[in-house]
Amino acid sequence: MSNIPEDLHYTKTHEWVKQDADGTVTVGITDHAQNLLGDMVFIELPEAGSEFTTGDDCAVVESVKAASDVYCPVSGEIIETNVALVETPEVVNQDPFGDGWLFKLKPNDEGEVEDLLDAEAYKELTQEESS
Amino acid sequence: MPFIPHTEEEIQQMLDTLGVTSIDQLFDEIPAALRHDKLENVPTRMSEMEVSRLMHERAHQDRSGLCFLGAGAYEHHIPAAVWEITTRGEFYSAYTPYQAEASQGTLQLLYEFQSMMTQLTAMDVSNASLYDGGSALAEAILMAVRANRKSKARRILMPRTVHPMYRKVVHAIVKNQGITIEELDFNKQGGFTDPASLAADPGDVTALVIPQPNFFGVLEDVDALTDWAHQHNALAIACVNPTSLALLKPPGEWGQQGADIACGEGQPLGIPLSSGGPYFGFMCCKQDFVRQMPGRIIGKTTDLDGKEGFTLTLQAREQHIRRSKATSNICTNQGLMTTAATIYMSLLGPAGLETIAANSHANTMLLKEKLLDLNGIKAVFNRPEFHETVVSLARPAKDVIDQLAEEGILAGFNLADDYPELGNALLVCATETKTEQDINEFVEKLAQALA
Repeated sequence: MSNIPEDLHYTKTHEWVKQDADGTVTVGITDHAQNLLGDMVFIELPEAGSEFTTGDDCAVVESVKAASDVYCPVSGEIIETNVALVETPEVVNQDPFGDGWLFKLKPNDEGEVEDLLDAEAYKELTQEESS
Repeated sequence: MPFIPHTEEEIQQMLDTLGVTSIDQLFDEIPAALRHDKLENVPTRMSEMEVSRLMHERAHQDRSGLCFLGAGAYEHHIPAAVWEITTRGEFYSAYTPYQAEASQGTLQLLYEFQSMMTQLTAMDVSNASLYDGGSALAEAILMAVRANRKSKARRILMPRTVHPMYRKVVHAIVKNQGITIEELDFNKQGGFTDPASLAADPGDVTALVIPQPNFFGVLEDVDALTDWAHQHNALAIACVNPTSLALLKPPGEWGQQGADIACGEGQPLGIPLSSGGPYFGFMCCKQDFVRQMPGRIIGKTTDLDGKEGFTLTLQAREQHIRRSKATSNICTNQGLMTTAATIYMSLLGPAGLETIAANSHANTMLLKEKLLDLNGIKAVFNRPEFHETVVSLARPAKDVIDQLAEEGILAGFNLADDYPELGNALLVCATETKTEQDINEFVEKLAQALA
């Protein structure tokens, strides 16, 4: 059973979103997602300063099995990326909700974050998918 | 690997299992509007005997004889051993096998090919080949658009000194992908892309294509062009003749940082002219861009017992996994041609290849000198050349080519269609296969044709 922290927001495409105190959000992929993908070998991060709208593919997580897109959970501008992952992509497997974060983003509309799935809804989604 | 067709009985069993009555039914989900029922220009069927006869007739349409025609495909001597070994049963397949790791010999050969290509180009990595030079350049452009994340413009600068057919292939492959190809004109005295003519402030450029030697056989100022590209955050794509690399500075050493991607036509490395194909394309790049490189890449590894083994690597971005987002929709290679090229390079070694390049250059220079002694022939460009040169004639090149063909000589490539501004210009080539006697015969016949 994968870990689904209560205090995060989620997307149907298995990204998690954490509301930070400074108004930005931190984005990563869920424990469920990293479990399905298997051992990470490469993480392709967006350029800081680039802008994306909700649903754009903005990063690629490449495991031994597949290279998968990461979709932008809310519209906004990339503020910072987790460059440590370029050398140590396995951190996404080891600590998906912590050191394995992918990027920080400044949302255009903070209301969009509230529209994402909560932990309960995401848990249901993963159960439906695996049943 | 044996080819075992399914029997009627087996096909019926499979259909029964699937619960359908015919194979056609499996394609029902493709809308009728998208399906071609008939290919009107393709005959329905021919027997083996008819096909064999047709192909013999077609083969006779090829003009053969003393060949001074290059223009992208070059007649080099191919040691008999190359194809003797290539066509052995162990090698004789056009494909990387689907169960790739079961064919360690094939994978090792491709790995050796990649190693040789990286040495020749001084680049970090090579793939296991692409279809041909033109499509390799198109793939290199698509790769540059993916790899250059500083550029948003999807804008490629393409010198007119790049092979005209490559430019057409590139256009066909990239035109519907939102990529702009801007052509750069050439310096009329030098026949090269003058770095001084490039804009000081070009805006957002994704990549610059740099041919070496260029289509006219002329050497480009590759260092200045590469540095110009990098100064403007553009990638430098080298499009090179592999034989020439035995003598010329390899793309990995161009300018301050080296070219980012190197591609080209592999035919000169042991592949016969054979009516224009099959040939193979090659592509190498810097380590930083390896994940954007299309095609198959073979890696060396160790198995559980610590023994050396070869494997397909970096498959995660190929189309069986990434579908429409794959690095390429041509996820295969020219296995048999690559086999021949690897054996050719192994037999020659670096010194052998250098001798061939040097002799081809010397023969072309000798030919040029003798041609320029004739009345009615002038040099067109004043820059150094590798193994081709452009001369202008007192008569249209097409007429001269036709006349010499009647006498068993392939006189060269007529540039009038692609470069009308050059007048009656003829592109000629003399590889190491030509003797001084051959050259004298050509010069003599050409003098007669111009008299």
